[in-house]
Amino acid sequence: MRICEWRELGRIRYGAALELQRELVEKRKRGLIPDQFLLLEHPHVITLGRNGRLEHLLASPEVLERAGIEFFHTDRGGDITYHGPGQVVGYPILDLRGWRKDVVAYVRGLEQVIIEALAEFGLRGEREPGRTGVWIQGRKIAAIGVHVSRWVTSHGFAFNVSTDLSYFRYIVPCGLTAPVTSMAELGVPTDLERVHAALVSAFSRVFECEMIGPVVPVEQAT
Amino acid sequence: MIDVVMPQMGESIVEGTLTKWLKKPGDRVERDEPLFEISTDKVDTEVPSPAAGTLAEVLVQEGQTVPINTVVARIDESGAARVATPREEPAVQAAAPVEAAAPEPAKPAVEAAPEVEEPAAAEAVGPLSPLVRRMLREHNLDPRLIKGTGAGGRITKQDVEAYLAARAQAAAAAAPPETPAAAPPPPPSARPEAPAPPETPPSPPEAAPLPRPEAAKVRIEPMSIMRQKIAEHMIMSRRTSAHVTTIHRVDMTRVARMRERYKAEIQQRYGFSLTYLPFITRAAAQALRAYPLLNASIDGTNIVYHNEINIGIAVALENGLIVPVIRNADEKSVIGLQRAIVDLATRARSRQLKPDEVQGGTFSITNFGSYGSLTGTPIINQPQVAILGVGVVEKAPVVVDDDKIAIRSVCLLSLTFDHRLIDGALADQFMLKIKSVLENWSEEVL
Repeated sequence: MRICEWRELGRIRYGAALELQRELVEKRKRGLIPDQFLLLEHPHVITLGRNGRLEHLLASPEVLERAGIEFFHTDRGGDITYHGPGQVVGYPILDLRGWRKDVVAYVRGLEQVIIEALAEFGLRGEREPGRTGVWIQGRKIAAIGVHVSRWVTSHGFAFNVSTDLSYFRYIVPCGLTAPVTSMAELGVPTDLERVHAALVSAFSRVFECEMIGPVVPVEQAT
Repeated sequence: MIDVVMPQMGESIVEGTLTKWLKKPGDRVERDEPLFEISTDKVDTEVPSPAAGTLAEVLVQEGQTVPINTVVARIDESGAARVATPREEPAVQAAAPVEAAAPEPAKPAVEAAPEVEEPAAAEAVGPLSPLVRRMLREHNLDPRLIKGTGAGGRITKQDVEAYLAARAQAAAAAAPPETPAAAPPPPPSARPEAPAPPETPPSPPEAAPLPRPEAAKVRIEPMSIMRQKIAEHMIMSRRTSAHVTTIHRVDMTRVARMRERYKAEIQQRYGFSLTYLPFITRAAAQALRAYPLLNASIDGTNIVYHNEINIGIAVALENGLIVPVIRNADEKSVIGLQRAIVDLATRARSRQLKPDEVQGGTFSITNFGSYGSLTGTPIINQPQVAILGVGVVEKAPVVVDDDKIAIRSVCLLSLTFDHRLIDGALADQFMLKIKSVLENWSEEVL
């Protein structure tokens, strides 16, 4: 069975997480490390994917700055999204050649991980055809945006556990007008730690790998 | 030449959208170096180059979706053989001048005028990529001055940049006033392999006469995101629609009377003042119901008729504008419309609008009259097909029935419509409907 290391990064700024991902992707490409599953939270940040449309950002930079929200153009797929405290962000760095060389299957796999994790809390996540992500009663609970370079993945999913959903008012999430939701809003308040545990075990099942971790930060490992 | 194809990123995937070229034609690319990006269902993928060489041809443009295995580009991996055994058309023509140039070097020198395209010169050094050609043109450079380091001694983007950098340095070090304005260019026989002069470019003819722009006479500031969005949308709209504007004069006297009658009461009861805009919006909604083509949009060669009449009202912000939407405007009374306008405008200015309140508009109204403008020719808010501009309502002498002159409240309404879908006759019928509703305002209940 393939090995996947998972890491708990706590609350980490978007730019720093981007740097770390780049570093891990490079190492993964060279076969220096096994697959990785990063779990973290971001401080308030709005990010726009490569194909995102700036008009889906509804606030000016000044307004964002005043609200303490960072803004990034990034190289993942998907449109605009918001990350912030209370949202579990998962960044798998996988070499898809070890699993399936299929980016669509990979995205469906990420959805499956979240659906299975939600099930542990008695929530029924659903897929909506043509609208990547995980939905509950027509509201989006998890967003997905991925980058692949030579079959190595980066970026991943953002899953609203106790996110302050009012921050989504600054954007048109993923260019959709559909509303967003969170576990807390659905009446299932929980802590991030339990959600992490559920995600790690679902990840292991879906991507057929043995999870090792949480491993210590990269800098200390080398 | 190596073909680069759209890769298959999964079993079920039959096509991919090329989202970004990471290299430009003429660029040097290494094997496995990211060459372009594709997008499939929320996944962006970098595609590496299958070979080292020069990106010779780009066959699929950014934004195009093509089936897998479609050739998207060609990479020229031939080395120095490029000039010697030309394969492309321009190279064939180039072969002769290279040989023939030496005996008569005077020819290019005569054409010292800064003509942009100089095909003879370009051909003399072998084929140039469009990018390099553009750079040469922009900087008014003779390609023979530049040493090519690309495949077959071709001049690459980097070579031009290096040349420009060296030139700037040289110019700064010793401004050479002795350089004659039209110095003869070096012999055109300078072939890429030959020890070319660009290594020592202290006195190229272009160096001296360029006046340096003085600093501090301008201030540069990045556009706000909203400004960028507006700029993009305006140009996109101009490009998309065939804009035509028609202007009608409307007698607002009846409406003005209604307004006078109820203004104080409404201010007292609801806390907002009654303006002309909800009357005009109501008239427009009725006209949209009568002429649904004005409430449509275009999708390829299809006409999309919208069942809802959702009217966007342009709201000026401090540094931009936004167009919040009154949904089902035709179902609202004048007071309901006024309330919606006040609410949307207030929240627009405090940036409290929700995403769906700025989307889904099927027609727009812009009220530049509130700033005193008589009339204007607004730009269509895409993907809509028409926008109504409202001029200032003013008292003016008007010739009325029986050739008498009376003082009436009048207003110019302008309609910009997309002539792709709407012809002038229809646009004017639509305007006459609005005019008729306003001039014969009969609703006693607001």
